[in-house]
Amino acid sequence: MAGITIKKRPKYLNFTTLVSNRLPVMGRVSFLHRISGAALFFCLPILLWLFGASLTSPESFATFKSVAALWPVKVILAGLIWAYAHHFCAGIRFLLLDLHIGVEKEAAAKSAIAVLVVSILLTLILWGILL
Amino acid sequence: MINRIVVGAHYGLRDWLVQRATAVIMAVYSVLIVAVLCAVRPSTFEAWQGVFANGVIKFMTFLFCVSLFYHTWIGVRDIWMDYAKPISVRLVLHVLTITVLVGYTGWAAAILWRL
Repeated sequence: MAGITIKKRPKYLNFTTLVSNRLPVMGRVSFLHRISGAALFFCLPILLWLFGASLTSPESFATFKSVAALWPVKVILAGLIWAYAHHFCAGIRFLLLDLHIGVEKEAAAKSAIAVLVVSILLTLILWGILL
Repeated sequence: MINRIVVGAHYGLRDWLVQRATAVIMAVYSVLIVAVLCAVRPSTFEAWQGVFANGVIKFMTFLFCVSLFYHTWIGVRDIWMDYAKPISVRLVLHVLTITVLVGYTGWAAAILWRL
């Protein structure tokens, strides 16, 4: 064998690579982990406001209920439930990878698909209970 | 020799480890609070408020919030480091991110300790 190639790390992917079909499923989960985290960050004020309103007084609780019943808010909340569920599942997968569990290519692809499926199922269950 | 810049990563094990420790704290809290809410099934304001007025749950919820905001800082900082290339822009974004997250911590404490 000839010389060792040293890969440049961290690898920087531009946006078109991320949304194109060339990205394997593990990469998609990684990208969605970032997207879901960013979405949760930008919606933190909405969530804190809703949490505060729900706990302050019977009147503010009523306001919270009427705001949460509006369909645009419901859509945002459904999106945030998915973001939390995805971030949770993908995060556990990354923790397992850190412990060298499931690092082989095939296992990593399978667990990435599992993350996508389980997070959508969790979203549907939580949607059914909460909204 | 690593070129250390002020708006770069915080080198070493610390941030990497904090990101994982806070993740575990939040994951455990998420499962516990779902279990508590499934057991109590609060349907009225009094019952809902009663859950979070409990001293243990209040404290755990605040710990969750602190973990969330610390975790958020590391994650969002990584995003700015990847996409905000001019150092001046990145510095402003870092300062704004820290400012809102410290504010959110106070906001969360105010919500919980009003109960």
